[in-house]
Amino acid sequence: MAETFSIQKYLRDLKLPFCPGCGIFTVMNTFLRAVYELGYEDLSKFVFCSGIGCSSWIPSPYFVADSVHTPHGRSIPVATGVKLLRPELNVVVFGGDGDIVGIGMSHFIHAARRNLGILVIMVNNMVYGMTGGQVAPTTPFNTKTTTTPYGSFEQPLDAARLAVAAGACYSARWTTAHPDKLEESIKKAIRMKGFRFIEVVSQCPTAYGRRAGFKNAKKMLEWFKENAIPVQQTEKMSEKELERKIIIGEFVERRRRTIVENIYAIIKEAQASAGQN
Amino acid sequence: MELSKPGTYFWQGSQACAEGAIIAGCRFFAGYPITPASEISEHLAKRLPQVGGIAIQMEDEMASIGAIIGASWAGAKVMTATSGPGFSLMQEFIGYAFMTETPCVIVNAQRTGPSTGQATKCGQGDVMQSRWGTHGDYSAIVLSPNSVQEMFALTVRAFNLAEKYRTPVILLSDETITHMREQITVPLLRNVETVNRKKTRGGDKAFFGLEEVPPMPTVGEGFDVAVTGSTHDEYGIRFTADPIVHKKLVERLNSKIENHMEKILDLEDYNIEDCQIGIVSYGCTSRAIYEAVEKAESKGIKTGYIRLKTIWPFPDRIIRKLAERADKIIVPEMNLGQVFHEVERASKGMAKVVSLSKIGGGELITPEELLVEILKRR
Repeated sequence: MAETFSIQKYLRDLKLPFCPGCGIFTVMNTFLRAVYELGYEDLSKFVFCSGIGCSSWIPSPYFVADSVHTPHGRSIPVATGVKLLRPELNVVVFGGDGDIVGIGMSHFIHAARRNLGILVIMVNNMVYGMTGGQVAPTTPFNTKTTTTPYGSFEQPLDAARLAVAAGACYSARWTTAHPDKLEESIKKAIRMKGFRFIEVVSQCPTAYGRRAGFKNAKKMLEWFKENAIPVQQTEKMSEKELERKIIIGEFVERRRRTIVENIYAIIKEAQASAGQN
Repeated sequence: MELSKPGTYFWQGSQACAEGAIIAGCRFFAGYPITPASEISEHLAKRLPQVGGIAIQMEDEMASIGAIIGASWAGAKVMTATSGPGFSLMQEFIGYAFMTETPCVIVNAQRTGPSTGQATKCGQGDVMQSRWGTHGDYSAIVLSPNSVQEMFALTVRAFNLAEKYRTPVILLSDETITHMREQITVPLLRNVETVNRKKTRGGDKAFFGLEEVPPMPTVGEGFDVAVTGSTHDEYGIRFTADPIVHKKLVERLNSKIENHMEKILDLEDYNIEDCQIGIVSYGCTSRAIYEAVEKAESKGIKTGYIRLKTIWPFPDRIIRKLAERADKIIVPEMNLGQVFHEVERASKGMAKVVSLSKIGGGELITPEELLVEILKRR
């Protein structure tokens, strides 16, 4: 490639609002690099949907693209309407853990069940960052947040495995400390059909790190590196050994007939039989 | 078979709504089962694929209205249908549709509430919710049919208003009108007015401003539109703290409806220039007024009425006109008094306004009950 990758051509000329050290920069950069390396000169073949939260601001309005920034947790229903009407478009959802598996969890499960052909990228910072650092469904056990000042007393959700159980065609988890693997995964997911899910465990030094005992973003990235275990290695490990570890890798890769294929087949059939009457 | 053929049928209100939607151009419907609106979903599930459209049952009411909003941005005319509890769940997206100027039709077949209430029984308790249900400063267009024929006609009109003003429109029906069967005439297609949204052409990127109702782009066509429910400027760029941007946006969104009140308002009136007793009514309850007025007149009491086919925006001017003539205005409603307060406000003390209310069990207000109230005179 003669031309070198520049993130700028995919971005509007606006100042990004994210805190210094935020993992979103890595996710944004990695996603656009993947898009570039797949040969997309612009984002005109994409429609982005996102909800409410820091990572929902990744596409909206910063990407030079169509983006629909919805109410909290409701990006996937809106993406459903877009994808069913315009199956030829790449519909990509960006959202945080609160958005996708907190308030919006049922939409996430049902989209995977339906095998709706969209890619959901969930930036999991393990906290409600935009609202100031409240406990999330993904917060590790016994973590101090603004709403769990004595330490969180619930177990976190495994979103990547939930996607598998619900029927996703592709599900993977990486961290912002693994940008190369993340990029390859995004490239693969964009090329695939069906419901695809990528979870990116990401650092929020502002709302998570400083209360959870991390001095800065670098310390959080070191934590990710030290505690990330490839999924293949986990088979031989006990539950105790896996406590507080971040399991990375691909959890499923398969083909299933999509809802779009099914619906359009029904329309064809209904129109043909209606025409005979 | 494509669109329903012109002719006379014996249809349920729900079917009239579904067929009206198809003739209006609806090609995407999403809904969640709820009594007494499920039949609308069922009709459209069968009929939309026959005309090349999509009907899908979503996981809840929020997803249903979310899906139709997505489909609207993808270029389709869209609808969802629900009843009170589901309508409550849809409120967040109704505000979103208003803020993002997304044309869509929401049918609410009212039942008895609050909460689950009496699911199969008729009520009219959602009048205020249909106007004020979502948060923030907004205006609502709400239509109220009183027959199967009007379920058809007002469904078409709901689409036309939604497309014309780029805003959500609520068809506030009720269990009775949605479930009853009546004779209905489907007109010749060329006699049905349908309106399509003004679409963005060329390079103008002011998708959310400059014009009172800006042309709307379709996603996937290269316009790079940024849609957001957050406060945004004419170009869709978010301004979460600027007071001027917010004021300008919200004032335009409201004025594009309020400035066209006269074109939006639709009502049936009788004898309002010369009556002692006035009635203001809407929906299923208004079916009692004709007989009551006839009987009152046979007893020599000059009686007039206003039947609201649009409840919101509220027709203050004509209510005031009635109040100037009538000594007393009766507002029969199957709630504890909702439109009653609006009539009282609009009358500005010029007539005595009386609420005739009945709730529970889906029991309608009868012409006899209305007549008793008319005969009380003062």
